[in-house]
Amino acid sequence: MTPHSTTVVRAAGLGKRLRGPEGELRILEGLDLEVMPGDAVSIRGASGSGKSTLLGLLAGLDEASDGEVFLFGHALSPLDEDERAALRAGQVGFVFQSFHLLAGMSALENVMLPLELGGVGDARERASALLERVGLMPRRHHLPSQLSGGEQQRVAIARAFATAPRVLFADEPTGNLDTVTGGRIADVLLELRAETGAALVLVTHDQQLADRCDRRLVLEDGRLGELG
Amino acid sequence: MTILRLGWRWLLRDLRHGEIGLLLVAAALAAAAVTTVDFFADRVERALASQVSNLLAADAALEWSEPPPAEWEVEAKSRGLVTARTMSFPSVVLHGDATLLVQVKAVSGDYPLRGRLRSSATLDDATGATAPLAPGAAWAEPRLFAQLGIAPGTAIAIGERELPVTRVVREEPDRGGDLLQVAPRLLLRAEDIPATGLVGPASRVSYRLLVAGDEPAVRAFGAWLAKRLPKGAEWLDPSRARPELQTALDRGTRLLSVAAGTVVLLAGAAALLAARRFVERQVDAAAVLRCLGASSRTLVGLVGLRLGGVALAAALLGGLVGVGAQAALAELVGRWFAAELPPPSAAPLFDAALTTLLVLGATALPPLLRLRSTPPARVLRRELGPPPGSALIAAGVPLAGLAAFFVWRMGDLALGVRALAGVLATLLVLSLAAYGLVRLLGPLRSRGRGAWRQGVAALVRHPVLTSVQTVGFGLGILALLLLTVVRVDLLAAWQAKLPPGTPNHFLINIQPAERQALEGFLADRGLGSPAVLPMIRGRLTEIAGRAVDPASYPSARAQRLASREFNLSHADAPQSDNRVLAGRWWAPGTATPEFSVETGIAETLGIALGDRLVFDVGGRRVAGTVTSLREVHWDSFNVNFFVVGTPALLSGQPATYVTSFHLPAERLDLLPELSRRFPSVTVIDVGAVLGQVRAMADQAARALEYVLAFTLAAGVIVLLAAVQASRDVRAREIAVLRTLGASRRSLYAMLAVEYAVLGLLAGTVAAAGALGTAWLISEAVLGLSYVPSLRLLPLGALGGAVGVGVAGLLAVRRLVRVPPIAVLRAA
Repeated sequence: MTPHSTTVVRAAGLGKRLRGPEGELRILEGLDLEVMPGDAVSIRGASGSGKSTLLGLLAGLDEASDGEVFLFGHALSPLDEDERAALRAGQVGFVFQSFHLLAGMSALENVMLPLELGGVGDARERASALLERVGLMPRRHHLPSQLSGGEQQRVAIARAFATAPRVLFADEPTGNLDTVTGGRIADVLLELRAETGAALVLVTHDQQLADRCDRRLVLEDGRLGELG
Repeated sequence: MTILRLGWRWLLRDLRHGEIGLLLVAAALAAAAVTTVDFFADRVERALASQVSNLLAADAALEWSEPPPAEWEVEAKSRGLVTARTMSFPSVVLHGDATLLVQVKAVSGDYPLRGRLRSSATLDDATGATAPLAPGAAWAEPRLFAQLGIAPGTAIAIGERELPVTRVVREEPDRGGDLLQVAPRLLLRAEDIPATGLVGPASRVSYRLLVAGDEPAVRAFGAWLAKRLPKGAEWLDPSRARPELQTALDRGTRLLSVAAGTVVLLAGAAALLAARRFVERQVDAAAVLRCLGASSRTLVGLVGLRLGGVALAAALLGGLVGVGAQAALAELVGRWFAAELPPPSAAPLFDAALTTLLVLGATALPPLLRLRSTPPARVLRRELGPPPGSALIAAGVPLAGLAAFFVWRMGDLALGVRALAGVLATLLVLSLAAYGLVRLLGPLRSRGRGAWRQGVAALVRHPVLTSVQTVGFGLGILALLLLTVVRVDLLAAWQAKLPPGTPNHFLINIQPAERQALEGFLADRGLGSPAVLPMIRGRLTEIAGRAVDPASYPSARAQRLASREFNLSHADAPQSDNRVLAGRWWAPGTATPEFSVETGIAETLGIALGDRLVFDVGGRRVAGTVTSLREVHWDSFNVNFFVVGTPALLSGQPATYVTSFHLPAERLDLLPELSRRFPSVTVIDVGAVLGQVRAMADQAARALEYVLAFTLAAGVIVLLAAVQASRDVRAREIAVLRTLGASRRSLYAMLAVEYAVLGLLAGTVAAAGALGTAWLISEAVLGLSYVPSLRLLPLGALGGAVGVGVAGLLAVRRLVRVPPIAVLRAA
């Protein structure tokens, strides 16, 4: 544990370089961030600014080139892929732009998935309750391909909150949706966050959505800046 | 437990949505080919095991070429055993103008001591009942009635006696299968034999003294007899009842297993493509599962469980197909081993499961191992995937699986490795030929236009995949060509090689007193003066001072040759179709005891020039030195002998005579006359015997063909797997072409060209392979100079083009029907 063990996510001097055809490319550089329990943090930035890369690093999906990420007080760099997965299990939720529902599973089974992986006994009941909460109970047996984009994202949100995570990472959750549907999805996401008290790290280029978070950050030239 | 439940639910989804359909079918096909052979072999094994006592019609038996002395029977009875006697030998029966070679068995009234002798009064009653065989009548197998065209009750001539054939034999305990019985059985009582005049002093008869009773008493009698057994007599207990049947079954099963191995190989190729696609399609799910906290073990476990489920489902499916398919094998060759086979047992289902686990394990393991390393960041950046796997694992695991399969199936490491090497070498040659042909297509893609150009371009674009498909189909077509066209061609070529006038009838069992009269009979009827040669039966007891011990020879053939009686002859000069390769032939009229030995048997038994051989001829010791080694042209169909001695050495021994001659087809009516004049002489019609052998070879080939038919099905699965592997790319290409204005008709034309050319390549490769194999068999095995059958090329190529063209169009027709917008949107 570190002195900052109360933080949910902390980044210190975080950097990411990628090797491209034209040499090394700096995506992120010397980036610091602290997310406390219950915080709702939005990170905005232009396309290609490295928002998704930052999210991946903070969630332990990717490895940093420099600096360190602490998730629930644990430094991620010494951990291998399986140890990072174990750290995420049940404590981290995800919502992605392209939903990432498992195609062969029904809506209900998709929501049950993290609960089953965690060995939760009443997975079906808890998943059903969440689908009821996002208004998709009547369509619980539908496959993702039989659902609209908005419906798929609601299933993904239900899945993300299934294990009552301490932190939720959302990558452009409304990016693939029209404005109206996107607005509704944002409502559901933020309401559930408020109900569960989970911290939220949201990357988006949608200013309206970003403005609905407590802390608003902007990513520019590989560095984070705080807005108002 | 949760993972099990999750995996199970996922598997059901997979099955319902056809995600793993091809994998299932490929593995099931491999299991079907293997279990078809195994169910059949298992039924025969169990038939042999359950009939061990029946196979002797007794608890034990003494077999000898002389009638067993009466005191042995007295001794057996004094030990509380019951006894019976049988004698069997080949002979010819007559009915009107029809003659037929039969296997006579004359039995005492107590026969059989074990098992049932069932017979029926009519040809229609296939079951029959147990009834006593009375003196003065004969019973026969159904095929004797058919071949002579007679009904039960009709009298036939057996030697000098006429006997009515009153009943149809339905079950004879110690008959063995058809494999050991080329001629039909004629059963009569031993009391009737003397009147037939068929058995003379040197006749080739196999006598048996059967005993049955308490096991200790039988064993004690066996031990008592062992001390008195003369050379050549053999004590048979159930474990040694029919070793030749077990050997034939083992060899047959191995041959069929190699055929099944080809199917497994092709199914494996299809599974390799399908498994790779299946696992690759799990990469997105794996990334999501990683995000949700799943460990790499969980990932592999989830996919592995599903593949395990597929393996079990495929084993059941393949097993079911195998149960159905083995019935045809049993119908074709089951009677070779036993009159009736027990119903299939469930045991081969284990083999089915092992096969599917091997196929799926060997093909899915490498991509599955890669899946473990799926980076979770793929949920954010789709271009990220598992790192490329080790080429050693990608190639080594499937190869190791294949090696394990062959070693398992052959039941022997060396045999397994040899079979695998043979199959791989064939594959390598076919693959190189296929790849070369695909490369040759390259320049053609720029010629022509429209459907032709697009179709050929599709093949050239993926040369490796096209070569795999070509080999897949090529193997199936090759198997078909070999078993149909090539087999018939080679047999015809061999028969055509025999010069006109080649002897086609053998006369055996000519008694010394009949020799002159028979020579006169043949000469008077313009059949020439064929050599009538003496034949003396003798058992080889010593080679160069060493006692002959059959068990000391490594090969089964050498053991058999060393334990059976030789037919010896004597002559002053070698026959015209013999060539002395080593040593020298003796001077006519020499008084020295000398032998001339055929080179093949000399090599098999380890006999060298200068060795002193000792034979036991009717209890007398006959010894001489090997002074020459001869090469014999057996296919001259002249009478020939492995061992010939000087007349001074052998002319005083009891002998019968033997000859062969050519009887033109229009003079077959002489045979009944010959049989009437010389009733003890057995006429063997070489054509009829060859016909029987050919019929059995046909049955064997059909059995093999039957298993190899699975290779064609496997070829189709390879095609489907290849179509599936490139399905997404292909769908996008078709969608783009359609948006650019290509009609469905032109797309069908393009696909028809692609698959017809693929079939043409496969057929060409197969025909070339068939020509090469035919050349090899012709030159190396049959000693014929091979005239290539050029019709194989158009037959293979056109057959392949049509067959694969149709199969390919059926496989991809759905892609043409999908609206292009659906494909492009998904992309």
